[in-house]
Amino acid sequence: MSRILISANHASAAAAVLAARANRRGRGFVSGVYPITPQTECIERLCEEEIEKGAVVRVESEHSAMAVCIGAALSGARTFTASSSNGLAYMAENVFAAGYYRLPIVMMAVNRTLGPPWNIWVDHGDTLMLRDSGWIQLYCEDNQEVHDSILFAYRVAEDAQVLLPVMVCQDAFVLSHTMMMTDIPDQEAVDAFLPPLVLPHRVSDRARVVGGLDFPHQTEMHRKQHIEAMKRVEPAYARAQDEFERCFGRRPADPVVPYRMEDADLVLVSMGTTASTARLAVDAARERGIRAGALRVRMFRPLPEGLLRAHLAGRRRVAVIDRDVCPGLGGILWGEIRGLADPDATVQNYLVGLGGGDIRPSHLAGILEDLAARSDAAEPVFLEAGE
Amino acid sequence: MSEPILGGMARTAADRAEPLLRPGNTNCGGCGMSIALQMLSRAIAQRPVQIVIPACCGIVTAGPYPFSAYGAPIVASTFAAAAAVATGLARAAKLNGEETRVLCFAGDGGTYDIGIATLSAAAERNEDVLYVCYDNEIYGNTGGQRSSATPLGAATTTTPHGKHVAKKDMLGLMAAHRLPYAASASLAHPEDLMRKFRRALDASGFRFLHVLAPCPTGWKSEPADGIRLIRLAVESGLYPVVEIVDGHDATINVEPTFSTDALRAFIESQGRFTKSDVPIEDVRRAIDRSWEHLRARALTGAPAIPTE
Repeated sequence: MSRILISANHASAAAAVLAARANRRGRGFVSGVYPITPQTECIERLCEEEIEKGAVVRVESEHSAMAVCIGAALSGARTFTASSSNGLAYMAENVFAAGYYRLPIVMMAVNRTLGPPWNIWVDHGDTLMLRDSGWIQLYCEDNQEVHDSILFAYRVAEDAQVLLPVMVCQDAFVLSHTMMMTDIPDQEAVDAFLPPLVLPHRVSDRARVVGGLDFPHQTEMHRKQHIEAMKRVEPAYARAQDEFERCFGRRPADPVVPYRMEDADLVLVSMGTTASTARLAVDAARERGIRAGALRVRMFRPLPEGLLRAHLAGRRRVAVIDRDVCPGLGGILWGEIRGLADPDATVQNYLVGLGGGDIRPSHLAGILEDLAARSDAAEPVFLEAGE
Repeated sequence: MSEPILGGMARTAADRAEPLLRPGNTNCGGCGMSIALQMLSRAIAQRPVQIVIPACCGIVTAGPYPFSAYGAPIVASTFAAAAAVATGLARAAKLNGEETRVLCFAGDGGTYDIGIATLSAAAERNEDVLYVCYDNEIYGNTGGQRSSATPLGAATTTTPHGKHVAKKDMLGLMAAHRLPYAASASLAHPEDLMRKFRRALDASGFRFLHVLAPCPTGWKSEPADGIRLIRLAVESGLYPVVEIVDGHDATINVEPTFSTDALRAFIESQGRFTKSDVPIEDVRRAIDRSWEHLRARALTGAPAIPTE
């Protein structure tokens, strides 16, 4: 194991290369890559590496980057790509295809504002646009988590009970270009953690069509199978946590990460790096005698509904912080969380840091204050953090 | 006119155990794509193949899950992605030392229009893929809309008074990628077509084959008339039958007579040209211009099959 100072982009590339090499005993590794800010350093690093039984294909678009992964994954290879923002929008058709083909592709997505107008800073709207694509989605809080989540994602994706693609999401610049000390495991440990990929529906020499035509009753069957596979993600996630801990000596976080929730009256729910700031706000509030707590949604798909319900049970006031917006509704996370709190709880939505505006401890302190004064939820509160 | 000689085409022990396109498929009678697949089947023979077919008539004919009208492994890809999906399959096959030949089999919409960026990029990378375009000059699967392969004057549901711009020179575009092998083939000249299929299957790197495929439904022509129409298209100069090696060595394989009678017979045998307000003289001039370009880059003294 080595401990080095690297960005989340390089940490994710390092993880992808380790996972790639681990499949040299299987059908190898293929990656389709295309640059987009703020993800580019990830694929640049991938292109610098010599990967035994591996190929990195420099394609002409995100749509083709995912298509190359689809072709290679259908042939049983381990696959990886990375994208962001409008790149994900352009890729979207094949993102859905990868989900529907049930391929264990892993993609690192840097969350960036969708344009136009063009803005390269963090906003979760890009990957949340793909929430219904049939992928597992993980949102990370620091560089170590980004690195670990890539390795972890392969273990979950390739679990014979799952066979679904995974998107590992991280905040633009806050993580993508920020250097942090990161533990990078040895190849032997990764080899032990990631056995060769076995894809039961791999295309070989059998005369059959993959992804052909369905009539309605067949589509219903395929969707039911997809739903069932999603239900098996949480147990597979727990198995992967155990195995990760055994191989690397540290345990990846749960799908929902609570902070000082034991007796919390006021709860801040968020995703990504906002959760780090939420912990500071909770600590500051606790010092003033306010019983605040926080929940981080690490896994957004499948939505860990049972865990969220359990954590939210009995809480009177919940603030859902969205760094994204669905115009005409409000925050996307709020849209999902509000049905999981107690029926008489106040679940108030706050839209903060859209377009990458800094979410500061003062914003979250203000939210806790606003929430404490509410007896009913009103329409989403739009806080302008950009200056 | 050189007639197809079936002697060289007879079924032999070297043929595939089962045809590439099985009986019971849903293609229309007289579909040129069906004929192209039968020929491709014989050319493939015992070679292991994987074929990527994007959204088009070619994948609809496979039939619904879990059936397949194809006697080979097929990946049904998204419309624009065939060449990139094939890239993934071909790269994985190579990493594993497999001899599998990876093919794309796509219509003109997926080739000339929506798939062209992906196709161009795979060609530029010289991926080990054989790309076969069956060109029926129309979006057939959606009921007959114009594509950039639709010829001058042809009426479609989106060009009800006839198309007023010429067909895109796709083979010229592909040759400009300096491909190891690019060719157009005529269903009315099966020996030449078979030779090209086999050559393309044996070669490595990115190869492009163009096959003009009569579509009785879209062309509003008699199903039994397809091969005659292709022969007229070749004879009139409307459909040049050529092969281009490494992007510059162009060979004209069938020398047309440039007969205006043949052109008139081609046009008058199809309902799609009845509403056309494009005079035949304009079509003639467009053919002459395209042949000037073609001659300029063709090898002199190249062997060609005379059409008469």
